[in-house]
Amino acid sequence: MSERAAKITPTDDDEQADDQITDSAAPDAATETEAEADSESTPKPVTNGAESVIRALENAGVEYAFGVQGGAIMPVYDALYDSDITHITMAHEQGASHAADAYGIVAGKPGICLATSGPGATNLVTGLADADMDSDPMVALTGQVATDFVGNDAFQETDTTGVTTPVTKDNTFSTDPDRVGTDVSEAFALASEGRPGPTLVDLPKDITKSDTEVEPDAPKTPDTYEVQEEADPEIVAAAAERIENADRPALLLGGGVIKAEASDVCREFAIEHEIPVITTMPGLGSFPEDHELSMEMAGMHGTGYANMAITHCDTLIGIGTRFDDRLTGGIETFAPDAELIHIDIDPAEISKNIHADYPLIGDAATVVEQLQAAVDSSPQATKWRAQCQQWKSDYSMAYDAPEDRPVQPEFVVEALDEATSDNAIVTTGVGQHQMWACQYWTYTEPRTWVSSHGLGTMGYGLPAAIGARVAADDDQEVICIDGDGSFLMTLQGLSVAVRENLDITVAVLNNEYIGMVRQWQDAFFDGRHSASDYGWMPEFDKLAEAFGAQGYRIDEYDDVADTIQEAIAYDGPSVIDVHIDPQANVYPMVPSGGDNGQFALTEDQL
Amino acid sequence: MTDETYQQGLEGPPPEERPTPAGRRNKQGIRIDPEVEATHEPRRTVISALVKHEPGVLAEASGLFSRRQFNIESLTVGPTKNDDRARITVVVEEPDPGIDQIKKQLRKLLPVISVRELEPDAMRRELALVKVDAHDPAAVNAVADMYDAKTVDSSPETATFEITGARQKINAAVETFSQFGIREISRTGLTALARGTDETAAAPSTDDAASTADKANQQQTQQYTQTTTDD
Ligand SMILES: Cc1ncc(C[n+]2csc(CCOP(=O)(O)OP(=O)(O)O)c2C)c(N)n1
Repeated sequence: MSERAAKITPTDDDEQADDQITDSAAPDAATETEAEADSESTPKPVTNGAESVIRALENAGVEYAFGVQGGAIMPVYDALYDSDITHITMAHEQGASHAADAYGIVAGKPGICLATSGPGATNLVTGLADADMDSDPMVALTGQVATDFVGNDAFQETDTTGVTTPVTKDNTFSTDPDRVGTDVSEAFALASEGRPGPTLVDLPKDITKSDTEVEPDAPKTPDTYEVQEEADPEIVAAAAERIENADRPALLLGGGVIKAEASDVCREFAIEHEIPVITTMPGLGSFPEDHELSMEMAGMHGTGYANMAITHCDTLIGIGTRFDDRLTGGIETFAPDAELIHIDIDPAEISKNIHADYPLIGDAATVVEQLQAAVDSSPQATKWRAQCQQWKSDYSMAYDAPEDRPVQPEFVVEALDEATSDNAIVTTGVGQHQMWACQYWTYTEPRTWVSSHGLGTMGYGLPAAIGARVAADDDQEVICIDGDGSFLMTLQGLSVAVRENLDITVAVLNNEYIGMVRQWQDAFFDGRHSASDYGWMPEFDKLAEAFGAQGYRIDEYDDVADTIQEAIAYDGPSVIDVHIDPQANVYPMVPSGGDNGQFALTEDQL
Repeated sequence: MTDETYQQGLEGPPPEERPTPAGRRNKQGIRIDPEVEATHEPRRTVISALVKHEPGVLAEASGLFSRRQFNIESLTVGPTKNDDRARITVVVEEPDPGIDQIKKQLRKLLPVISVRELEPDAMRRELALVKVDAHDPAAVNAVADMYDAKTVDSSPETATFEITGARQKINAAVETFSQFGIREISRTGLTALARGTDETAAAPSTDDAASTADKANQQQTQQYTQTTTDD
């Protein structure tokens, strides 16, 4: 990644200002720098729609874009040719959308993906739906056939805005070359303002090719978009009183906490008032899991102690969570004794699934600060905290790793965690491996956990690792913990990782099953392994080598630590084919719609 | 499992040895007394939305209803006095929390400017065109008079009437006309406006909207508006 590190962002005004200040002592040098700065800061004027589109991205500070070329998007790519935005050509548009999504999660600003019309645009749909479910900021730019052809089933025409309406925060069909840049600016602003999400601008070829000299407006959301930052003080006061009087309080931190950069205030709040903290899956990293107050993740495959705590609390402070069914289990038995204080930026999340007794609409960081100011005394909950600690030891996540059995997946996840730093980023596919990655990696920092939560998209892991790598700091390791089935879905992305020499390590937890399905078949379908037994898998280490990546294989416990060390040390993409126990299953488990407190610890408890 | 002797899983007290809380929630996620189960019954109500008059807005709104499985009775859209604005009027039948969700989800759509649930006393009208066999013109006209129906077309064999009013009135008219033989019917959905100086759904002033959003939410969640009786 040295090339990337050396790159200077031309849109960084601060840096230019700094240059000028330091150089002012030497008049000659200053004139030179100014002249240079000038040629950089006043780029050549916009001459057509496509240039206006790229200018909008540059104005918004975009540094990277992920995409695939094609007929209808060619004018935009032509304009990109002269830009300082680094484009990463993906092997498939689905990968472009996942990479942009992961970029958005790690960088905290929208990731950009580009695709041509028709098949290019439809290939983005899974990634858009994924970002939409997880409220990740992302902007998709799609080519479209010329407006004269729209509606006539022209070559590579798809009603892209029609197809993507249900899976985007907002989308726009651009119809005016003078407006097209502003459409993109607005899409950019909308993607991260309020509740983040993916936006899309569909760009007909004639619109991007048409002459225009109109510069795009600065990124700004449309007038009809209103976001409430601060919650109603009266309800804050009532909620604060409820917290002060709680016997069994618990905080539930969701992905919104990370998106709102509210992890710090939530940590302070929890620690000051000694309130046990549970996270949702997207909330992993919002609170350090090695802290005594941490109960870790609740839900279907959450820890037993988190599920006991969420079931038995009397006051639940849910922040930036949408109470997804994988978290709540059956509604009837979800935190049935708890009064709910719900903080969310999106009013529609309040009382959608679980009724909120104290609805607090606003930005998570702002509202937690409001609450912090309003809570005068900490709840008296010594007994409750002791109970939580007791549950932590009763339902500890300790597992067996008998020497005479194949390698257990939990052991591999822990070994990867140990071999990397605290700020290492984990991406995953979807399945058992994803759940082990939630359970056995100790997350301590926000924006280090990148996974497909709401949509559950197999194949997310590798393209997400590419996006995360591009957004990450150079000293942050990027580890993709993948399943064999998930990896097969998007492994063509290895060609991108090799071409761009991206330092990522993929650990494929290979069980030659689509394991999560096999687990459910064992539990609920009499062990009939219909279409879940792959029986044969390619040798992923050799496959990696065919792509030009480094390949490793693990068969035994003795190989684990050394091989992982080597793969992580390798400067470039590497793939470890880890042959794990094919029978290994994920526990605890709350069967769908079940009672969180009744989680099974073994199959016969289901 | 292939290996019977190897049972995977975690340690800890089994489910039956764990305490369970006494409380329960209903389907809408509201805590209830398990002894007296309280579910919200669906009710019919009218929601009016002021939207930007732009292509695709109706598709966006109707797509929202179908993909979220909201039970829509009727949906109409038409221009307003302002060329850039259109009004969507929807009749829905849902339990209170569902109605609350519909309003919030509608508000989230970018082209939607404001959303309001109308009071039970709002003015509500539908229109129907009814084409009947007119072999007995006198009798047909007598029925038309009874329902204030206007003749809009007549031929030696048929007469077509326009009837406006509340849904019950139109239903009754259609039923009475059926004695003559109805050839075709075309009906609109319902359209509505609030009474008097009350604004149906207007652009909210910005500072107002922000501070009232969660208050409104709390009021709604505590005390739902009264059930609308059908007129
Ligand atoms: C695109 C997609 N197709 C199907 C599924 C359904 N599904 C969920 S988990 C799973 C098995 C995943 O297998 P693998 O990636 O090998 O991971 P493992 O469970 O074995 O760790 C499947 C098929 C999905 N989540 N995503």
